[in-house]
Amino acid sequence: MSDKKKLPAFLSDKKYRGRLTSFSMVLIMYIVIEILMNTGNLSSLFTSLLVPVCCYIVAAIGLNLNVGISGELNLGQACFMSVGAFSAVCVSGSLASSVPDVPRLVISMIVGAILAAVFGILIGIPVLKLEGDYLAIVTLAFGQIVKSLITNMYLGIDEAGYHFSFVDNNVELIPGGKMLLNGPMGATGTQRISTFTAGVVLVVVALIIVYNLMFSRSGRAIMAARDNRIAAESVGIEIVRIKLLAFGISSCLAGAAGALYGLNYSTLIPAKFDFNTSILLLVYVVLGGLGNMNGTMIATIILVLLPELLRSMQDYRMLIYAIVLILIMLLTNNEMVKTWIQKAYLRLSTDRKGR
Amino acid sequence: MEAKKTPILEVKDLSIDFGGLTAVSDFNMEVYDGEIVGLIGPNGAGKTTVFNMLTKVYQPTRGSILFNGEDTSKKTVVDMNKAGVARTFQNIRMFNGLTVLDNVRAGFHGREVYSPLAAILRLPSYRNCEKNIEKGSRELLEIFGLSSEADNLASNLPYGAQRRLEIARALATGPRLLLLDEPAAGMNPQETEELMNMIRLVRDHFNTAVLLIEHDMKLVMGICERITVLNYGMMLAQGTPEEIQADPEVIKAYLGE
Amino acid sequence: MDFLSYLINGLGLGSVYAIIALGYTMVYGIAKMLNFAHGDVIMIGAYVAFFSIGDLGLPVIPSVLLSMAVCTVLGVLIERLAYKPLRAASALSVLITAIGVSYFLQNAAQLLWSSSTKVFPTIVSAGGISWNGLTVSWLTLITIGTCIVVMICLTLFINHTKTGRAMRACSEDKGASVLMGINVNKMISITFAIGSGLAAIASVLLCAAYPSVYPTLGAMPGIKAFTAAVFGGIGSIPGAFLGGLLLGVIEIFAKAYISTQLSDAIVFAVLILVLLIKPTGLLGKRIREKV
Repeated sequence: MSDKKKLPAFLSDKKYRGRLTSFSMVLIMYIVIEILMNTGNLSSLFTSLLVPVCCYIVAAIGLNLNVGISGELNLGQACFMSVGAFSAVCVSGSLASSVPDVPRLVISMIVGAILAAVFGILIGIPVLKLEGDYLAIVTLAFGQIVKSLITNMYLGIDEAGYHFSFVDNNVELIPGGKMLLNGPMGATGTQRISTFTAGVVLVVVALIIVYNLMFSRSGRAIMAARDNRIAAESVGIEIVRIKLLAFGISSCLAGAAGALYGLNYSTLIPAKFDFNTSILLLVYVVLGGLGNMNGTMIATIILVLLPELLRSMQDYRMLIYAIVLILIMLLTNNEMVKTWIQKAYLRLSTDRKGR
Repeated sequence: MEAKKTPILEVKDLSIDFGGLTAVSDFNMEVYDGEIVGLIGPNGAGKTTVFNMLTKVYQPTRGSILFNGEDTSKKTVVDMNKAGVARTFQNIRMFNGLTVLDNVRAGFHGREVYSPLAAILRLPSYRNCEKNIEKGSRELLEIFGLSSEADNLASNLPYGAQRRLEIARALATGPRLLLLDEPAAGMNPQETEELMNMIRLVRDHFNTAVLLIEHDMKLVMGICERITVLNYGMMLAQGTPEEIQADPEVIKAYLGE
Repeated sequence: MDFLSYLINGLGLGSVYAIIALGYTMVYGIAKMLNFAHGDVIMIGAYVAFFSIGDLGLPVIPSVLLSMAVCTVLGVLIERLAYKPLRAASALSVLITAIGVSYFLQNAAQLLWSSSTKVFPTIVSAGGISWNGLTVSWLTLITIGTCIVVMICLTLFINHTKTGRAMRACSEDKGASVLMGINVNKMISITFAIGSGLAAIASVLLCAAYPSVYPTLGAMPGIKAFTAAVFGGIGSIPGAFLGGLLLGVIEIFAKAYISTQLSDAIVFAVLILVLLIKPTGLLGKRIREKV
């Protein structure tokens, strides 16, 4: 009908454009970093950050599905990473002698993801029935509970099988046995099997899941329920079910990210995934833009690197980090700055059209 | 008049109390297949409350609602929609973060069903359903004159267009009964005229009965086959537009003594 | 007798939580924001009292007053500089800003006073009242007494002064308050001032019981007090009082009868249970959306 020349869908549609940007961004970064690494041009500090950055990106993408797309505030994303991490460490530790690294990593990540999703759904079912910011408070509380429980778990494995004790360490192992969880000390002596490639694959999988979901019946329903609960119900959308889906996938991604994270370090303490980590993830999501997966990735990369780049400032770096955070929030919400950015954007886009 | 079948909506002695205050009491009405019925009354008469009970946003305190001959006392808002009741809202309720097209697509939620897993894996069921959803949504946008706005955010639409979009979204759920809550509010006479044609078209094209609340008497008298008048939560009169216009009780309620 | 002594200790700890929770709940009531920097205001209050007693050699009461003055100014300053420009912004932006302020205060404290723990001087002598084998320490009595006095003063202020009524009006409906000629910004500032002043009192009581001062001192009491505020019904002043006391009692009972290590988990599990049974907290009111 229209005279406009038809462009292929992935170029003309805004939605597809965002997706294309995401995947090309990941691919280019992966290639560049691989080249730098193989030519020895990457500092050891930077190399050590590659896997954690991927983990944070995946957990933040999941959180953005929950906070940005579904509109439910979650202050406990780190606890789902924790569930994923420690279950993965246990699985990997148990299979260490029998399964080679790569399948073991995959199995551990799947177990971590599923367990985290189960926990997410279990707390989501009663909580998501309530209207308001209850998920925020309950996830905050749940984060504290998970941290406190894992801090008190002792799990060992030897020829006789698993030995578990809670609160007091009564685990006695036959020589040759191994402690998988060690109370407040967490996981120790973990074999490090996470790789940067695994991280990138996980990021791509997370993006595919979230994008495919967003642009589908379920995704529309999730956003509809966010925008207007009553209207959504009136067109037959079951609010609890659909919010649970978003929350479940969000925790599942956090679990997988946690698993990868846990298997990247030889020691991991439960306190690593505390309230502060949850808040950091939330900061990545809000700074990157609610519902904007590309923004989330960029914000995560910058904010993980920022404290490291500020290392020369030494003691002042976290102070500067805090000030940057406040200033960004003040500036992005300032009317003058907002209109200025809009004008600049308009000028840019009209320039492009004029060409 | 030809003999009518059993009504699709049958309301008996419907009442609701809010903390001891009776908002609607002993309300009775029927709507038959393919009918356009008006629900009118002064402000605060309880019209929207009736809609909220019919869609189960509020649970009635007493009385029964039969839809399609089926008891609805155990049904939720979602169940009522699945059973075939769709509605619009007095204070417009768009999905503001979605485009105009996606608002209508969201309406197909209960009709074209595929699992989230099918969406993530892009299985054939995803493709087939999405094709149907796309086709149906475009068709509805065309009918309601919103095709050119398809990719704009719903929140950017002017008021009158938002009201039409709400109707399109409600129709996307494939209702047998459509409840319109003041569809002409905020519209100018020309827009109202167009709206009347659209409502008639809806009834003929989608074979849907329409129950509407409206203050614009030109619209009500123009398209409704039967009218029910509500005053202080009670039914005041019921009849054809001519009968209602001539009813002294109705005139008194509207104009005061 | 053990039970009674645990109960009284729980009320003592709960009194501290209640005083902090008041700050959370009042700010939430009027500004509809979760002020996550509130816990760090407590930390600053603790440092001020520490230096005032230790370095300046001031007596306890003037030190508390000094600490209150500093915290009040700090609270108002934070509100003016960081939160006021965001009145129209989304709740999430404000939340992130509050977190930024929290980081800022923690790291500023670390720079100024180092991250090492300082030992808070003993300000309340040991011993207490003994009766039938039950001993209640002076500190517990003072803490509970302070909490009751604070609660009474605050209730009188909110219900019987013009400013208090104006503050309540702002909590109910800001738009209507503006039309009534109430200066909403001023009311929000006053709320922050009161909340921060109370935080200073809480900090001294807290440090008298657990005498160590360090930059992240406020984090855990902050989260617990926030929990207490939600527990009692966020936005409700009597709710914060009740929530704080209950939380303290539950925590001490959990430590005494179940497990010290798991006491936090138990406290938060009780919170989740309460919210599931009564979503608005113990004394919160439900707002129904009009359709």
